[in-house]
Amino acid sequence: MSTLTTWLRDPNPASRMQSRLGQSYLSWLRLRRNTLAMIGLGITLALVLMAVFAPYLAPHDPITQELSRRLLPPLTPGNILGTDDFGRDILSRIIWGSRITLYIVLLVILTAPVAGLLIGTIAGYFGGWVDTILMRITDIFLAFPKLILALALVAVLGPGMENAVLAIALTSWPPYARVARAETLTVRSSDYIAAVKLQGAGSARIIWGHIMPMCLPSVIIRVTLDMAGVILTAAGLGFLGLGVQPPLPEWGLMISAGRKFLFEQWWVATMPGLAIFIVSLGFNLLGDGLRDVLDPKSASK
Amino acid sequence: MTSIPNPAPSRLGQLLRQIGSTAVTLFVTFVGLLMVTFFISNIIPVDPVISILGERASEAQMEEARERLGLNQPLWTQFGIYVNNTLHGDLGTSIRTREPVLQEVMQRFPATLELATLATILGVLFGVPAGVIAATKPGSFFDQFVRLVGLMGYSMPIFWLGLMGLLLFYGHLGWVGGPGRLDAVYQMSLDFELTQYTGMIMVDTALNGRWDMFANAFSHIILPASLLAYISMAYISRMTRSFMMNELGQEYITTARVKGMPERRVIWVHALKNVMVPLITVIALSYAYLLEGAVLTETIFAWPGLGSYITDALMVADMPAVLGGTVVVGAAYIGLNMLSDLLYRLVDPRART
Repeated sequence: MSTLTTWLRDPNPASRMQSRLGQSYLSWLRLRRNTLAMIGLGITLALVLMAVFAPYLAPHDPITQELSRRLLPPLTPGNILGTDDFGRDILSRIIWGSRITLYIVLLVILTAPVAGLLIGTIAGYFGGWVDTILMRITDIFLAFPKLILALALVAVLGPGMENAVLAIALTSWPPYARVARAETLTVRSSDYIAAVKLQGAGSARIIWGHIMPMCLPSVIIRVTLDMAGVILTAAGLGFLGLGVQPPLPEWGLMISAGRKFLFEQWWVATMPGLAIFIVSLGFNLLGDGLRDVLDPKSASK
Repeated sequence: MTSIPNPAPSRLGQLLRQIGSTAVTLFVTFVGLLMVTFFISNIIPVDPVISILGERASEAQMEEARERLGLNQPLWTQFGIYVNNTLHGDLGTSIRTREPVLQEVMQRFPATLELATLATILGVLFGVPAGVIAATKPGSFFDQFVRLVGLMGYSMPIFWLGLMGLLLFYGHLGWVGGPGRLDAVYQMSLDFELTQYTGMIMVDTALNGRWDMFANAFSHIILPASLLAYISMAYISRMTRSFMMNELGQEYITTARVKGMPERRVIWVHALKNVMVPLITVIALSYAYLLEGAVLTETIFAWPGLGSYITDALMVADMPAVLGGTVVVGAAYIGLNMLSDLLYRLVDPRART
């Protein structure tokens, strides 16, 4: 272990990989000192583990109904968080629901930031009228009310998980384009780009291989900070019946089902809401910490 | 109009130019919004003619309806018609009620405005001082506390928070009125005894001198408004803190301190005055966000505003109503965005270029 840390801390790295890993290691050391960020990381990891091992962790099947055991309060033996109106174990449904949440988050990560990166780097690299047009479009999208637009989109596309993801992605790419463009402008005229150009690299190659990697850290911070928003929007769509459809155990949908008997059986709506809250808080804490570590401007404050 | 070019543009000219450029941006953004809603309404798999005439209409009738609605025109012409109609206040007719969408939306708007306004006032009242105090003692317990409370606000689903609020303050403690804007008893007198000046119940009851109704309306609005205020407070306190930190590092603050000015005056008068400038932008943005964020809150609290209008229409697939509501909320949102931008430039001389 100690040889590994010496290797990572080596001031004269022998390879590019060693230097890169060394940098990450130093960032990690800084992040580790931030207690709140570590809590966030823990929550995020717990979500991933819960999603991966759902079949082994969940005590019951999330969909099979058992009407003789309906609306049991929390701490009932066998149903720690109680049961819902179809006698389904709420804990099991929350555990299986983490898969849906993670799936939505991953789909959005694979679309919106990628689109934003492409648009932002292209606008920043070419400048001129390309920049003007692309950024005007970005500004227009930025000035839209996101949730309402997502609602209207899902309303015409029809409810469902894929359409909800599409609506969220379509309304959340502009900030990434902004960030990527700003980063591109700072590196565009640097010497190494000029050197690559002299070697005869084309625009696509320069943008893909030499500019995009420079934009990644700021985009990653932004993604982490946005994940909570994505989870909340997805849950909101589910709550309105526009996202994931029953009987799937989506957390927003579960809250909406529990709304009918909020005052008598409070736990049905409360428990999935707590799950949403904890997971979004985790992403927010992690994103906040990552920003302090990776963004030197805010760290100095 | 002068023929001689003015070497040093006057302040008024500068101001007019800024208003002009903001107006152009506003218009372009608004047309962009209409483009999106137009696009949305055109990807509906349902033929609008069938939904109007029913499936048993003859081919000739359908052709006539297409002609009348401009549906046989090229898409660009249709979009032109749509923009023109919208600018003239024609947002279409609701399928559910057969009423003009604009009229329905305008009836609902005051309720949303009332809720968002009260929430913003509360958010500013608590958010600004919290941010200022946190900035004067960075790293202190209070600072950490404000930060954590703010992060929690960012992480809570507003509809769940609303349900929990109802459960605790209405169901268990009985401190506040339940869903709706008034108790059922007062709902009648709202329609018959009250002169409605603004459509905002708190204002109307006060103007009519019906303080009993005012109190009842307050008990209904306070919970949803506080919950929305919490969300906006999270944002406002965070921004205030960062602006204030920046301001307290300035040299004029050091000068004031060296001159022996009381710290309280340095912070709350000198620094805060300058912080107010960027804060206006933040407050306007959070107001715009609340207009939108009210959608889910209104559903929970059966609040008869724009948000519940849109979600009710969604449930019965009343697309003209959904898109009309979207256009109005979008327009208000864009307008507030631009207004905040303009205000910022007006108040802060450094931002004038």
